[in-house]
Amino acid sequence: MRHAMKWLVPTVGAVMIALGAVNSAATAADIELSFYYPVAVGGPITKIIDGYAADFEKENPGIKINAIYAGTYQDTLVKALTSFKSGEPPDIAVLLSTDMYTLIDEDAIAPFDDVLKTDADKAWAKSFFPAFMENSQTGGKTSDAKDAVKNDALKNDAVTTWGIPFQRSTVVMFWNKEAFKAAGLDPDKAPDTWDELVTDGGKLAKRDAAGAASQWAIEIPSTGFPYWLFQGLTTANNVRLMNAAGTETYFDRPEVIQALQFWVDLSRKYKIQPEGTIEWGTTPKDFFERKTAMMWTSTGNLTNVRNNAGFAFGVAMLPAHDGRGSATGGGNFYLFKKMSDEKRAAALKFIEWMTSAERAADWGIATGYVAVRPDAWETPAMKKYVVDFPAAAVARDQLKYAVAELSTHDNQRVTKALNDGIQAALIGTKTPEEAMHDAQAEAARILKPYQ
Amino acid sequence: MMHGAEPGAVAAAAPASPVRGRGAAPQLLPHIYGWLLLLPAAVLLAAFTHYPAVSTFIDSLFSTPKGRRGAAFIGLDNYQAMLDDPVFWRALENNAIYAACVIPLSIALALTMAILVDRETAGRAFLRLSFFTPTVLPMIAVANIWLFFYSPGYGLLDQVLSLFGVAAPNWLGNGHTALGCLIAVAVWKDAGFFMIFYLAALQQLSPQLAEAAAIEGASRWYFFRRVTFPLLMPTTLFVLINAVINSFRLIDHIVVMTQGGPDNATALLLFYIYEVGFKFWDTAYAATLTVVLLSLLAAVALGQFVFFDRRIHYQ
Repeated sequence: MRHAMKWLVPTVGAVMIALGAVNSAATAADIELSFYYPVAVGGPITKIIDGYAADFEKENPGIKINAIYAGTYQDTLVKALTSFKSGEPPDIAVLLSTDMYTLIDEDAIAPFDDVLKTDADKAWAKSFFPAFMENSQTGGKTSDAKDAVKNDALKNDAVTTWGIPFQRSTVVMFWNKEAFKAAGLDPDKAPDTWDELVTDGGKLAKRDAAGAASQWAIEIPSTGFPYWLFQGLTTANNVRLMNAAGTETYFDRPEVIQALQFWVDLSRKYKIQPEGTIEWGTTPKDFFERKTAMMWTSTGNLTNVRNNAGFAFGVAMLPAHDGRGSATGGGNFYLFKKMSDEKRAAALKFIEWMTSAERAADWGIATGYVAVRPDAWETPAMKKYVVDFPAAAVARDQLKYAVAELSTHDNQRVTKALNDGIQAALIGTKTPEEAMHDAQAEAARILKPYQ
Repeated sequence: MMHGAEPGAVAAAAPASPVRGRGAAPQLLPHIYGWLLLLPAAVLLAAFTHYPAVSTFIDSLFSTPKGRRGAAFIGLDNYQAMLDDPVFWRALENNAIYAACVIPLSIALALTMAILVDRETAGRAFLRLSFFTPTVLPMIAVANIWLFFYSPGYGLLDQVLSLFGVAAPNWLGNGHTALGCLIAVAVWKDAGFFMIFYLAALQQLSPQLAEAAAIEGASRWYFFRRVTFPLLMPTTLFVLINAVINSFRLIDHIVVMTQGGPDNATALLLFYIYEVGFKFWDTAYAATLTVVLLSLLAAVALGQFVFFDRRIHYQ
């Protein structure tokens, strides 16, 4: 199956390129844009994207969009970067917002600022939630990776936009109202602080006669990308994990260690969360099976939970401590290099069209992603959706407190250092303090060339 | 290797046909003929085996090109970095444990199952089918199924254990049990496949041997130990080589079930190579790790051929 896909995608791509060549020879005026996109949530995503591309072509004769489904985020990045390295990059791709520094360092993407010509273009680039732009911009404006870092340190006010938010999400807390009621708690009120989380959790956690847990109070998943959920704890403890230039991390700050200690304590001290790491993929299932009364997960699971939870549930912002907050996540539009000016203008047109207020609202309703601009939430369609399903607006309201997802130069390596540290603390092979000092030392070593 | 040998044999036979009355051509022609016959196999081997291996080795001596900065020759620096890399050592250690468990367990299980379904028993076809089923399933599907077997609380394993009042650990979320869980999946997946080879070999054994042994009064265990098992040795070698390769090559279940976690407790060598190559984009270091993996596999395969070939009785 995987092998079939591996062959299929390049083959389909090659056929499309070949067809495109024939096509463009026939009508020389046509501009062809190749567009790689991933699918990371359930639902008929490819159908929606193909529909958008067809609508865009109808409204903009002369521009053709080759929308190519490229697998998961990771697959899409691999395909985009390998095709870039072999000299045939896609024109547009949707990739993780956290891949920004990787793409800059590979010299693969072009900044949007150069193509924003008219006032309308410039206004469009400013129309997104600021929390989403944090992962889409860097300081100094130059396409040379090394200089970008240097300039960044010199003048922080100069901003370069490398990505445009498209399919973005954030972490929220789901709670089972029936379980709350059964535990004698107010079913319509989720714990709003860490202290409430612990006291409510004590009432929600249940054990059977043999002492085995029959219901946990909370699950914060910790496989795959634990750092992302961890940011919900660190942000609440009022500390950032990295600087805006992506050249420094602060994993060994006392507030970070405290946040990790709290995560560990949920299992070991308060005994309201399972011990060891908690699988991201099975956490929603645990919630449906009433094995846990609360869970932290992506807003991307909203539609999944709505369809599968056999009980009344609520969606809340993550509990606060010294502060409040959560990390954003998800994918941005990127413009690849090696495009003619004409093509680049067409690409911009397409991205502007895809992220217009109406489209952002439609995309958000169809997928469960957070609509990326404030005015999308003012459209009639979105207003009606929120009335029917108020939980959808929680993610939007939490955006005020949201921070950028951890992203640095050599991103995945730095992220792994932190992930390993978090997991080591959760399974008890290191104390939170040791784990975060080790992670910081490793991150500092990796980031040294970029400072 | 076998592909190369057959056209070679034809080439060796070719000079026997007499070609007379010309100069240098007569001696040259059979050689050209032979090389042409070799060519397709040689091209495939060179393009897909030798060239990648050699270029991987060369890449491992250079730094990773990034953006406009090209690759620079850095000698053995990548190897030095590898020796200092704790995750590499962890992955190597994990892989050694993994191989040391998966290989003997899956072979022993395969042999047992083969002997079980070799006899005339009721429902033999059904048993054979059920033993073989795991092999037919793709590893991705298998891993997703087992992910839910292991899930704490309502997973199959925990439900069975709770019948006996045993509190189960968080199987995949615990550094001590995670690797063992993956080993179990691999054994379950591989054993059925190897069973087919053993079954085929068992069916080839002459029933006269068993009859003769019975007349001599040999116990069944003695007969298995001194007759059946030695006669199965060629199959065992074949299965063993496959098992060794699988234990380094199959990592799909790791991607699905643990992503190498918690804290690298289930990182195997190939999974780490994938991470370094396609997540960190440190292609030079990935090439270095690949060279190590290749050398390991080559050494093991060589050892197996040299060591076992002397001990194996081919019929």
